[in-house]
Amino acid sequence: MAEAGAMLEVRDLHVGYGAIRALHGVSISVQKGQIVTLIGCNGAGKSTTLRTISGLLKPTAGSITFEGRSIVGMPPHQIVRLGLAQSPEGRGVFANMTVDENLALGAAIRSDRDGIAADRERCLDLFPRLRERLRQNAGTMSGGEQQMLAMARALMARPKLLLLDEPSLGLAPQLVQTIFSIIREINARGTTILLVEQNATMALEVASYAYVLETGRIAMADSARVLERSDAVRKAYLGVG
Amino acid sequence: MIALLASSWLNTDPTVFVETLLNGLAVGSVYALIALGYTMVYGILKFINFAHSDVVTWGAWVSFTIAAAVAAAIGWTFTGGAARPAPLWLGPTLLVCTMLVCGAIGFAIERLAYKPLRSAPRLNVLITAIGVSLLLQNVGQLQFSFLPGWLKFPFGTQPQSFPQLLPAEPLATVIGVKLYWIDLIGFGTAVSLMVALEWLVYHTKTGRMMRAVSYDVRTAALMGIPVDRIISFTFVLGSMLAAAAGLLYVTKYPGNLLQTADTTWVLLGLKAFVAAVVGGIGNIRGAMLGGFLIGLIELFGARYLDPGLRDVYVFSILILVLLFKPTGLLGSTVREKV
Repeated sequence: MAEAGAMLEVRDLHVGYGAIRALHGVSISVQKGQIVTLIGCNGAGKSTTLRTISGLLKPTAGSITFEGRSIVGMPPHQIVRLGLAQSPEGRGVFANMTVDENLALGAAIRSDRDGIAADRERCLDLFPRLRERLRQNAGTMSGGEQQMLAMARALMARPKLLLLDEPSLGLAPQLVQTIFSIIREINARGTTILLVEQNATMALEVASYAYVLETGRIAMADSARVLERSDAVRKAYLGVG
Repeated sequence: MIALLASSWLNTDPTVFVETLLNGLAVGSVYALIALGYTMVYGILKFINFAHSDVVTWGAWVSFTIAAAVAAAIGWTFTGGAARPAPLWLGPTLLVCTMLVCGAIGFAIERLAYKPLRSAPRLNVLITAIGVSLLLQNVGQLQFSFLPGWLKFPFGTQPQSFPQLLPAEPLATVIGVKLYWIDLIGFGTAVSLMVALEWLVYHTKTGRMMRAVSYDVRTAALMGIPVDRIISFTFVLGSMLAAAAGLLYVTKYPGNLLQTADTTWVLLGLKAFVAAVVGGIGNIRGAMLGGFLIGLIELFGARYLDPGLRDVYVFSILILVLLFKPTGLLGSTVREKV
């Protein structure tokens, strides 16, 4: 499971909100080039895990290393600079700004004008819908379009590891398919992905490795192919059996 | 408002009307500059920086102290019977110097008082702001008797008369309306600063980051935006505008350089705060609009209704806005974040 030289290595992470303990010793490892998924019910601690990795929450115990470097206690903007970008839950686009301004903010850490322009083109090719809406305020777009924008914006930081928090949340089934095929595409172009999802069916389909989170603990961890066939997972998360 | 304007136009001498209008715009531009500081800080940190009006006071007094030092250095008298007008370069010099000093003060206030409370409940920050306000008011009246010369009383315990930076006689008289230097230059300076701020906020990368932090601090941090640095920058900007407002205010009312703890300053700050709320707190254009509106209402009310009730007009507008459009004229509905 935790092999040496992993891109992201989370060990025995404990996080709490005040007196409430949200995570009790979560360990995750993501290898370069993989899509790893973290599935679980609402309130299992999936978003808490991502927020802690991104530096928004401080763990009470445990370690997080990214490319061999400890990132616990680092402010979020420095973690982004290391190459770790997050598309937050509930999309979090800047609703009062245009799509183009949102994309520019995604590249806030960069100053290479040509590189930014090239990545902007690449993102707009990946999400053609956004190209039609460049001058539109992000808040006026549909949920699916906002999700696309949140992902494109995270990509503008040119991350080595992309954290996606519930990209399919609240989207129509057809749009979910589109989003997941884009996730595959992003991965195929060389970005490692840690995907948090409630939609276990889709998540297990794209991922190579999966963790099942239950009330702040890793309940199961195995290759996505194995978990897809596991009775426990099928019953609890895939609505089968 | 429109009815008030129309009736005042009909009932009296048009030159009085135009003079009141110009005066209102001049005072309104000072309110607008101060309101911008309240609104920018609220936009980002969601609390009212009660110490903001004291930065205005310090802006005026720092200007005075520098002017006094310059006077001593070049042998120029600005008080009493032998008073002579200031050299022309003094005004711009004071503006730049006081903006720099107050920018530094704003930076220090944020670093020392507010930053340690970033994750504390908002009430704690609010109480701290009142504390900082009292601190600035009282430090401004301290005497340092161990220091030499004017350094003993940097601001002093007595009200002062501000030197005359611009000619007191009208620049021109157009169809009976007297145009004064201070109103034109003050208004011009204030509007230039506002245009510069507008450009900074809406057309630069830093401004875009400020708007992002203001919209959602956590998401902004996830974009790699250095949130703390943007907050510091916002305080520096707001304090610089406050300093400019302080200087413009005492240039217009040279007799009003009262001690730092005088309630005149509190009232000036309160009116600017009303302007920010009327325009829609958190909204930059709203603060500008609110500032001019409050200035006009105050001066038209004072001129055509009852001069003794000028403060009443301002605060009545606040009550009306809070009753009928609580988010302010340009404010949007508050988004509740989960």
